[in-house]
Amino acid sequence: MSATELKIFRPPVMDVTEEGDELLEVAMGPHHPSTHGVFRMDVALDGERVVKLKPVFGYLHRNHEKIAEKASYLASMPYTDRLDYFCSLTNNWAYALAVEKLAGLEVPERAEYIRVITAELTRIQNHASAIGFLMQEMGASGTPLMYAFREREKILDLFEELTGSRMMCNYMRFGGCRVELPKGWLEKVKTIVEGLPEFLDEVEALLTGNEILMARTQGVGVLKPDLAINAGVTGPMLRAAGVNYDIRKIDHYGIYDRFKFRVPLGDHGDIYDRYMIRVLEARESIEILKQALQDVPAGPIMDPKSKIRGFRPKVGEAYGRIEAPKGELGFYLISDGSANPYRYRVRPPSLINLTILEDLCLGQNVADVVLIFGSVDIVLGEVDR
Amino acid sequence: MLGEGILKGLGETAKNFAGSFVSKERLTTVQYPEERIAPIENTRDFPFLVYDGTDPMAGLRCVACQICEKECPPKCIYIVKSTDKKPDFVGKMQIYPARFDIDISVCMSCQICVEVCPFEAIKMDTEFELSTTDRFGGLLFDREHLSKSNEHYHKIHPTDAAEVDHRLAEEKAKVKAKAKAAAEVAAAKAAAAAAAPAAPAPKTAPDKEPGA
Amino acid sequence: MKTAEEILAAIKSALPDAGLELVLNSSPCAQHSLRVAAKDMVAVASFLRADPVLALDFCSNATGVDWPGKEISEKVKVTKVVEGEQTVVEETIKRVEPGYLEAVYHLFSMKNGPTDPGGPVVLRMRTANRTDQVELPSLTPVWRSAEFQEREIFDLFGIVFTGHPDLRRILMWDGFEDHPMRRDYVDPDDFEYEPTPHDEVLKRAEAHKTGAVA
Repeated sequence: MSATELKIFRPPVMDVTEEGDELLEVAMGPHHPSTHGVFRMDVALDGERVVKLKPVFGYLHRNHEKIAEKASYLASMPYTDRLDYFCSLTNNWAYALAVEKLAGLEVPERAEYIRVITAELTRIQNHASAIGFLMQEMGASGTPLMYAFREREKILDLFEELTGSRMMCNYMRFGGCRVELPKGWLEKVKTIVEGLPEFLDEVEALLTGNEILMARTQGVGVLKPDLAINAGVTGPMLRAAGVNYDIRKIDHYGIYDRFKFRVPLGDHGDIYDRYMIRVLEARESIEILKQALQDVPAGPIMDPKSKIRGFRPKVGEAYGRIEAPKGELGFYLISDGSANPYRYRVRPPSLINLTILEDLCLGQNVADVVLIFGSVDIVLGEVDR
Repeated sequence: MLGEGILKGLGETAKNFAGSFVSKERLTTVQYPEERIAPIENTRDFPFLVYDGTDPMAGLRCVACQICEKECPPKCIYIVKSTDKKPDFVGKMQIYPARFDIDISVCMSCQICVEVCPFEAIKMDTEFELSTTDRFGGLLFDREHLSKSNEHYHKIHPTDAAEVDHRLAEEKAKVKAKAKAAAEVAAAKAAAAAAAPAAPAPKTAPDKEPGA
Repeated sequence: MKTAEEILAAIKSALPDAGLELVLNSSPCAQHSLRVAAKDMVAVASFLRADPVLALDFCSNATGVDWPGKEISEKVKVTKVVEGEQTVVEETIKRVEPGYLEAVYHLFSMKNGPTDPGGPVVLRMRTANRTDQVELPSLTPVWRSAEFQEREIFDLFGIVFTGHPDLRRILMWDGFEDHPMRRDYVDPDDFEYEPTPHDEVLKRAEAHKTGAVA
């Protein structure tokens, strides 16, 4: 097998025309309303066309991985909330999954159902917000965003009832969930889930057939599947490019095997596809929720072998990953037998998805750069950790 | 027709606009701080120390075991143990915190201190309008500031407080039952020793530690 | 996905003189890894990506680990001449096991994904030491997803990746000197007012009390 047959995906370099000798160098960000956080792009422009684009970040770098080396396994759990701060419950689940792989803990069935319900609610509110923010960057000055946030408020109220906090939930524990469901919570979830298809219909009526949206997003920022695979892109961006890779279906983690849901795939890989994939995935999440809410079993919510204090997994290492709303969120833990992890690594989907930002933006107009960047759907807490 | 999608979208916004005059669901803005939403029961903001009875210092449940200090992720709790002891809710003499500071500018409301406390002494409050202009020490809450009564706990988290009271009452009952059983054994032994004529010195009843 | 031993055998059959070693993982998830010598890494990586059966086309995670040097004292039996007789004496010999930096890559197969789930294929490579010999070959030409991650390993650990298209700091600012994720990293002394100093912060606070308090 010759390695020379392999295609090398080099970072792109664009030729500059003669007139473009004087390139305009713009620093877009970090102080910019449409950069999804503190993120900077050093863009070199030839007129309106982007010739070079280098992303610069690290403004939110808190060295979470080093904090985790000094803190115990349990104490790192609230810090994982603050990675992708929109989707704290999926962050918690990914970390709990990695530790459960490391220590060999088993999760009881009721806790698995609760995890699936909370994760799918998180996915719906994240995709709705992502669409809202994308529209905001297009100039729709907040209308779709506020519609999305109206639904999001209902979901966040559910989280507050369950975990005590709207965004920083700190709910999963190693071997299950922290606290039992409050009375009447499942009924409230059912009511909200019944109202969700109507909400998505409203969003689609507002946006999907909109000519302005279609003109601005179709054919813009096209991502080819082979580049996407090689660049490690995961999540809705990968599926919009046409690659069938959803970790819920691949790794069979949790109890996702029990639920029938489809994985939507895109044809073109442009921004419009990414928007549609997010809407379709939200609809599939509603299907999962409907199935999961029907038969939540009674029982314990924690593995009896797990310990809250003095948790010392044996020497070893583990890599656990889940399908977070932004992509593949993985945790790599090395344990040396003590109460603190020896090495704690977060595999951030937003950072890896940004690898091809330059590829997508070269040759496009500046206005499209903002849209392409919005369609990647990043959260700086995760990029910088 | 060109523009059909845009018109459909405009129809949606018009429905929302008109609907906001008619239905409560469309008008979702709450004019804070004049209007407030009722707080959800389970909400958590910053910790507080629970005391039973009327005297904040004498009824403090905390026994300065420092478990919350160790487990706190950002290490915002600072405890100094006392040198003397005071009785706790079952009557056993326990040390208490001479100093219990929580720096709420550091606290991240993760609730791990509540989870690990074995004495139901620290619970989460629901007060969040705590901003102050004093940068140095304005957000450092000391023991007096943190102690709030059990009635306050019942007011903000009725379900949890009822459960905690039930658990503590059960423990107290268990301790009393154990003490009674030990006293009965001692009395029986003393009676047996007194009955036997040339018996050795009566053994004192073993000291049963009331479990906490 | 094949087991680590099978993958080791497959690589050995294609690249017979590659320096490979199986590293066992004692945790219940049994994700064993392969340690590859730095000089053979690109060849091994290209083979793994190009192989039609394995098709490891997705590099999910690339990270660094710092293993500082350890001082080991061993008790050794030595034959010595004591008082004119040859006796076996026990001596404690102290030796320093040199530390090294390690780069770990987690690989999956997107092509085989739907039909062949399994644990990740983990590759590791070590530097010679932590001070001056910290070069490793970059795997960015094989998997583009390693581009930003190797920049992060360079930034936070100090491993220099030869062959990387654009190796510069990514999370810390340009001009920052140290490597923050190393085990022996010392925080800069930028002590400010701390309301509840205790443990290490208290020690620093005490040190500052003698001087001017910020």
